[in-house]
Amino acid sequence: MTATDTKAGSGKTGTKVMTLLEAITDAMRFEMERDDRVIVFGEDVGKKGGVFGTTAGLFEKFGEKRCFDTPLSECGIIGTAIGMAVYGLRPVAEIQFLDFIYPAFDQIVSEAAKMRYRSGGEYTCPMVIRSPYGGGIRGGHYHSQSSEAYFCHTPGLKVVIPSTPADAKGLLIASIRDEDPVMFLEPKRIYRHGKGEVPLGEHVVPIGKARIAREGTDVTVLCYGAMVSVCEQAADEAAKAGRSIEIVDLRTLVPLDEATVLESVRKTGRVVIAYEAPKTCGYGAELSALIAEKCIEYLEGPVVRVAGFDTPFPYALEHLYMPDAKRVLAGIEKTFAW
Amino acid sequence: MPPVKSKNVKSKKMVGAPVAKAVAKVAAKPAAKAAAKAVEKSVVKVAPAAACAMPTQQGLVRLLEDDGSVLKGKDPNLPKDTLLFLYEQMVQVREFDRRMLMLQRQGRIGFYGPILGQEAATVGSVAALEPRDWIFPALREGAAAMMRGLSLTEAINQLIGNGADRCKGRQMPCHYTFKEGHYYGMSSVIGTQISHAVGAAMAARIRGDDVVVLGYLGDGATSANDFHSGMNFAAVYQSPCVLFCQNNQWAISVPISKQSASETLAQKGKAYGMPFVRVDGNDVLAVYSVTKEAVARARAGHGPTFIEAVTYRRLGHSSSDDPTRYRDEAEVKAWEKKDPVDRFRAYLQKRGLWDEAKEVTFKDGIAQRVNDAIAAAEKNGPPADETLVTDVYAQVPQQLKDQLGEVLALEGRGVNQGAFPL
Repeated sequence: MTATDTKAGSGKTGTKVMTLLEAITDAMRFEMERDDRVIVFGEDVGKKGGVFGTTAGLFEKFGEKRCFDTPLSECGIIGTAIGMAVYGLRPVAEIQFLDFIYPAFDQIVSEAAKMRYRSGGEYTCPMVIRSPYGGGIRGGHYHSQSSEAYFCHTPGLKVVIPSTPADAKGLLIASIRDEDPVMFLEPKRIYRHGKGEVPLGEHVVPIGKARIAREGTDVTVLCYGAMVSVCEQAADEAAKAGRSIEIVDLRTLVPLDEATVLESVRKTGRVVIAYEAPKTCGYGAELSALIAEKCIEYLEGPVVRVAGFDTPFPYALEHLYMPDAKRVLAGIEKTFAW
Repeated sequence: MPPVKSKNVKSKKMVGAPVAKAVAKVAAKPAAKAAAKAVEKSVVKVAPAAACAMPTQQGLVRLLEDDGSVLKGKDPNLPKDTLLFLYEQMVQVREFDRRMLMLQRQGRIGFYGPILGQEAATVGSVAALEPRDWIFPALREGAAAMMRGLSLTEAINQLIGNGADRCKGRQMPCHYTFKEGHYYGMSSVIGTQISHAVGAAMAARIRGDDVVVLGYLGDGATSANDFHSGMNFAAVYQSPCVLFCQNNQWAISVPISKQSASETLAQKGKAYGMPFVRVDGNDVLAVYSVTKEAVARARAGHGPTFIEAVTYRRLGHSSSDDPTRYRDEAEVKAWEKKDPVDRFRAYLQKRGLWDEAKEVTFKDGIAQRVNDAIAAAEKNGPPADETLVTDVYAQVPQQLKDQLGEVLALEGRGVNQGAFPL
């Protein structure tokens, strides 16, 4: 980044209470002010401000040149974003729902993810693909999926999932400044739930650093995105039974903060992994294998996965599909039953 | 990004809409019956063409006859230097191509995608650009990188995949990358580069740069999803680019008649709302002229152009392909008579710009340059072990260092040997 490309930050200090959604908008606004290479585009992100409102006000503030609507084509959105990133812009492309990203899958895994490697570092692809993911909004199969594992399996991509408003802002800013393509997956179920203090102005949360959401000594619960608050409820219940639960909010799945995960597991000796996606070959499988490889001797019981069903995401029965506090709690108890 | 208002620029070379009549007729009838008839009609229409049939001449822009004589009043009167540059580049790429195929047959490189017969389409179109313009190639546009200054040695480094290769030995042969020459490093996936070209051109305009992008594709790519999205985005945003389709009649073993039921590929431009041109891809003057015009249009803010260059792939898809299994050799022979290099040499000779002596001297010079380049490239050793894990991300993650370290230890090489500190 050269000095001419950037402007000084707004210089604001202090914090403001925001929703996760507002924090995401704030991050984009801050970066667009700071760096004129940052542009935002996707379906309905312009005048409408996005179907969830995450880009509200950007079109008005920065004009159609830097925040614009696209034709309805995910592969076109990502393909042109790649061309822009290669040329030297910092595109932030929105895919309206993660469920609709598959037409762009080829562009993401074959092109964006491999740009730096295949060109020997001559060409790079610094771009962010933002997309809301996950269930809990009665969206049925095509507005509820958690497809993070597909992207975690592709070297060259980073996969970031915030769980709090402050992290949403700080991680999105870090993603926009990152030199590599980042999948920034937004837990839409908690877009407007639970406000939090968010630093005004400059706020960067580094990619690759997990957060201990709650310290504990008996069981480690590994989770991310909307599952973090579910796990916190479960931990509250477990506390009533005298169990001390440590919650690790991964924040970034790729790169994984292996040290924090393993340190916590070595401390507690028990692990529950909670995620919304289908259980089999989900991110929990990777965590489970990692723990088995690197610290099996510390385990007091089996690694337990609490996850979605190995089915398409349902509509009417989504409350049964999605892991809730009761299921996480049952998972916690399983680690003691062995 | 606000679309630039279309200036409705018309080109003499634009083809009309040959299907409009048929469409209008169908629409006037009751829907079901009309649909059935339309299907019936189209089935008849796409029945395999007779062997050796030449592509339709529909809207084809030509300046030179097959024998190199100029069509009446059509000589673009290019400066001598430009004419000689075009010819010399074509001869050089032909010789390079021939020699690389030989290296492949000798087992000295693993794979090669020859361009024999398509030299005019590549050389003529690249020559129409300014050096600051960008090129997004497909498989057979390696000559473009060399025209931009990639040395023959560097090109062969890539074909070998050695330690001096700009791709660090990570890509199959013919996947050159050359950023200083604004030549993009492509993947092997068909058509994905189309929207990259469109996006890069949009970025150039957003940045206020006077840069046009030339994106290449083949006839097969017109069937790919990214052709549709790339063409559509290009036109909607009036992206300053030229999308150049080398219709060489064959996508591996699939002929154009089974790739598309459109009378021409060029006419697809009309559906997307952009100017389109169909040019004789074996006529370097025609290719140069139509591309120059399209580039000027893009540079002036009048948006993209779709060019179909009608040419022919005289050899296999690659060194791994045997085209005698699926096509008639008579067709190949027929196209040899339309050879782009012979044709242009005849033109230059008629104009007194070239002769047999010059030909011999020039070809000897190229042969020597290629020999020297091969010798230089073959001196380079293999890529360093650490290139397995570098450039996946800007920084090498610890996990990748660990993975490499484990394997190197088994290979008897210490984890801290080499340039890469593990």
